[in-house]
Amino acid sequence: MKESIVTLKEVSFQYDLQERYALNNVSFNIYEGEWLAIVGHNGSGKSTMAKLLNGLQFPQEGEITVCGTLLSEESIWDIRRKIGMVFQNPDNQFVGTTVQDDVAFGLENNGIPREEMVQRVEDSLRKVKMDKFLHQEPHHLSGGQKQRVAIAGVLALRPSIIILDEATSMLDPRGREEVVETVRLLKEEKSLTVISITHDLEEAAKADRIIVMNKGEVFREGTPEEIFSMDEQLIQLGLDIPFSVKMSKAFRQKGIELSKHYLSEEELVTELWTSRCNM
Amino acid sequence: MMEKMIFGRYVPADSIIHKMDPRSKLMIIFLFVCIIFLANNVVTYALIGIYTFFMLGLSKVPVRFLYGGLKPVLWLVLFTLVLQLFFTKEGALLFEWGPVKIYEEGVRMGIFISLRFFFLILMTSLLTLTTTPIEITDGLETLLHPLKKVRFPVHEMALMMSISLRFIPTLMQETDKIMKAQIARGVEFASGPFKERIKAVIPLLIPLFVSSFKRAEELAIAMEARGYRGGEGRTKYRQLSWQRADSFQIGLLILLTILLYLLRS
Amino acid sequence: MDISLQHVEYRYQANTPFESLAIEDVSIEIPTGIYMAIIGHTGSGKSTVLQHLNALLQPSKGTVKIGEHEIKGGQKNKNLKKVRQRVGIVFQFPEHQLFEETVEKDIIFGPLNFGVSEIEAKKRARIALKQVGLGEEILEKSPFDLSGGQMRRVAIAGVLAMEPDVLVLDEPTAGLDPRGRKEVMDMFYALHKDRNLSTILVTHSMEDAARYADQIVIMQQGKVVKKGTPEEIFSAPTELVQMGLDVPEVVRFQLKLEEKMGMKLEKIHLTIDELSSAVTDQLSRGVRS
Repeated sequence: MKESIVTLKEVSFQYDLQERYALNNVSFNIYEGEWLAIVGHNGSGKSTMAKLLNGLQFPQEGEITVCGTLLSEESIWDIRRKIGMVFQNPDNQFVGTTVQDDVAFGLENNGIPREEMVQRVEDSLRKVKMDKFLHQEPHHLSGGQKQRVAIAGVLALRPSIIILDEATSMLDPRGREEVVETVRLLKEEKSLTVISITHDLEEAAKADRIIVMNKGEVFREGTPEEIFSMDEQLIQLGLDIPFSVKMSKAFRQKGIELSKHYLSEEELVTELWTSRCNM
Repeated sequence: MMEKMIFGRYVPADSIIHKMDPRSKLMIIFLFVCIIFLANNVVTYALIGIYTFFMLGLSKVPVRFLYGGLKPVLWLVLFTLVLQLFFTKEGALLFEWGPVKIYEEGVRMGIFISLRFFFLILMTSLLTLTTTPIEITDGLETLLHPLKKVRFPVHEMALMMSISLRFIPTLMQETDKIMKAQIARGVEFASGPFKERIKAVIPLLIPLFVSSFKRAEELAIAMEARGYRGGEGRTKYRQLSWQRADSFQIGLLILLTILLYLLRS
Repeated sequence: MDISLQHVEYRYQANTPFESLAIEDVSIEIPTGIYMAIIGHTGSGKSTVLQHLNALLQPSKGTVKIGEHEIKGGQKNKNLKKVRQRVGIVFQFPEHQLFEETVEKDIIFGPLNFGVSEIEAKKRARIALKQVGLGEEILEKSPFDLSGGQMRRVAIAGVLAMEPDVLVLDEPTAGLDPRGRKEVMDMFYALHKDRNLSTILVTHSMEDAARYADQIVIMQQGKVVKKGTPEEIFSAPTELVQMGLDVPEVVRFQLKLEEKMGMKLEKIHLTIDELSSAVTDQLSRGVRS
C-alpha cells in the first residue's frame, strides 16, 4: 500500500480581485517516494498549487495535509522545513552573495549550528556537483548551475518533498537536462518525493504519475501512458505529446501494427524491430 | 572612466591586510579619521604619512593601479591646496602678483589640509580595496550589534546591504539588455539635446523598475519558502575571526595616537 | 536587404584587464528573403553575432554590411539609426522592454522614433496587433495588466510595427507553453513568407531550426563551425553529437532505428511523416540486413 504524503481535499482558491477560481474543488493524493508531474498550460492553476502546498497562500476552502500535519498558519514553518521549493527564475531565488552563502541561507534561517552548516553546505553542493564553485558569485554562473545551487540549498535542509515549480522553463536544453538529471539521482538516493510542475511534456513523460490541470480543475490523473493516450485532447488543452507518442501514431496511420503508444524511443525501436522479424 | 575608478572596488591579493578581520579594519579606519585631526605640525604629519604608506605597502595593492584610480581625486586635493593658498590671509606675505597675495600661513595650511585629505582618501580606499563588500557588511553587523538594544534593526540593515550587493551585477546586466532593446527601437541615449536625453531615459527606467519589483516579490517568496522569518533565532554561516595581526594593528594605531598626542604642538 | 558579415571579430571590454574575445573570424551571408537559424550553446557567441546585425555592437575587426551600409571594425560609424529601422530585433523575453501606459503607445513607440507619422504609426499598430493574434480591444489597456503571453505578443507587435526588412529573433518562445510556442513560431513563419522578410532565428532548438530554416549556421566558442541547409547539417548527425549539440528528435530516432535494424535509409528525414513513410516502405519491402 502506497503511503500518501500530501493530501488535498476539496481545495478551492481565488486570488483577490479575480472572478475565476484559480483552483476549483481540487482533491488528490501525492504518495511517498513518487515523482508526480503536474502539467497544464500557463494559467491552468498549476503554479497556484505550488504556492498552496507550502503555505505561501492559503486555500479559501478545503484542506491540505502534508506529512500528516494539517497546513495552517501555525504549522507552516514546520511544513516548509519538509518541503523544498525550486522556483522558475534562477536569479530571483539566489539570496547569497556567493554559492556557499546561498546554500547556507536556509540553514541559517532554521538556526542550524555553524559546524553542522559547513558540513551540510559542502555535502549538498557535492551532491549537485557544484562543490568546485563554493566562492563563485551568481552572475558568473549559468542558469542551470544556479538552479543546481538552489537544489543544494533545498537539499541542505533535508526535506522529504521537493517541488520544482517550472524550475526548468527558463533554461536552455543543456541546463534543463542538468537539473532534471540531478533531481532524478537525488530522488533515487534519498527516496524523496518529487512534485514537478511543468509544461514540458518530455519531462513529464519520465514521471511516475501525471496530473493534468485545466481551468483550475484536475482534468485527468494517470500514468504517463494513460495520459498520453489522450492524444488530441492534450493538444487542445494547450499541451503537447512526447515525440515517441507522435512517432507511434504516425506508424499506426501508415498501417504498422503497434501494441501501444510508446513513451520511450527505445521501446518503440524494439517493437518495430520485432515486427520486421515477424513480417 | 568607470572602469578606472577604484572607489568601492575590491582588488584580490594575498596580504596581511586582506586577511585581517573586517571589524578591526573598520575600527582602525574610524579611529584614523579621528586622530588625523591631532596632527598639526611637520613631525605629526610625517608620522601619519609614514603610517599610511606602511599600511599601503602591507596591502600589496599595485601602486600603478592606485595612482590610476586616484587621479581624479588628486585634482580635488590640488583644488583644496589652491583654495587655502589664495584665501588664507595670515602670517608673513610671501608673494604678491597683482591681486594675488600668498601668505606664509596659507602655504602651511594648504599643504597640511590637502595632505590630511589625501591620507584620508588613501586609508579609506585601502579598506574597500582589501575588503569585499560582504565582509564590510558582516563587520558592520557585528560592530553595530549592541545597537539592537535600542531597537536599531541591525540584522535587517545588514541583510538589505548584502542583498543589494548580490543584485548589483544582475541589475547591470539587465540595464544593458533593456538599453539595447530600446536602441533597437530607435532610442538614442548618447546623442541629441539634453532634454531629449532625459526623455530617452524613461523607456529604460520604467522597465527596470517593473522588473526590480517583480524580482523583489519573487525573492521575498523564495526567502519565505526557505524559512526566513526575521533575525530571531538565526545562526550565521559567515564567521569572522580575530587574529593576532588584528590585535597588533589595533595596538599600532593606539601607539600612533599616543605619539601624535605627545608630539603635536 | 542583404546582410553580410566578413571576418568579424568582437572583444568585450577591449584594452582593459577584463578583455575577452567573444567571436572570431565570423563570416555569414544573409541574402534577402532567407530564413536562417543560428544555433549554439550559451556562450557560443551567437548573441554577439545577433547584436552585430543591427549595429548594437560594432566589430573590433572585419566588416558588417547591412544593405548599402558598411560598418568597419575600429571606426566610428554614424547614421546607425537608419540601419536599425530596417532590422528589427525581438530579444529574449521581449516583454521586459514594455514601458508605456497603453498597449497602443508602446507599439507606436518604435515607429515614432524612426520618424513615422502618428496616424501612420497607429494604423500600423492595428495591423501588427492582428498579426500577433490579439484584438484591438486591448489597445487602450496598460501592458502591465496583460497575461505573460499577451505581453510577449504586444512586445513583438512593437517590433513588427517598425516594418523592418529583416527580422532577428532571439529565442522568441522561451518560457511559453507548447501551444504558445507553436503559435508564435508559426506566426513568424507566415510573416516571413507574406512579407518576404529575411528572418534570422537564434535558438537552442534543433526542432525549430529543422522545421523552419533554409540555412543553418552552427556556432561554437565564438566561431562558425558549420553552415548549410538543414538536410546538409543533419546528414552528419554524429558530428553534431560530438560537438555536444543535439540533433532533432526525428533524426535521433532514425539513427536509433537504423542501428537496431542494421540498415540505412537513403537519406536523413526531418519530419515524422517522411520518416514513418520511409520506414514503412522499407519494412513492407522486407529489409536485407
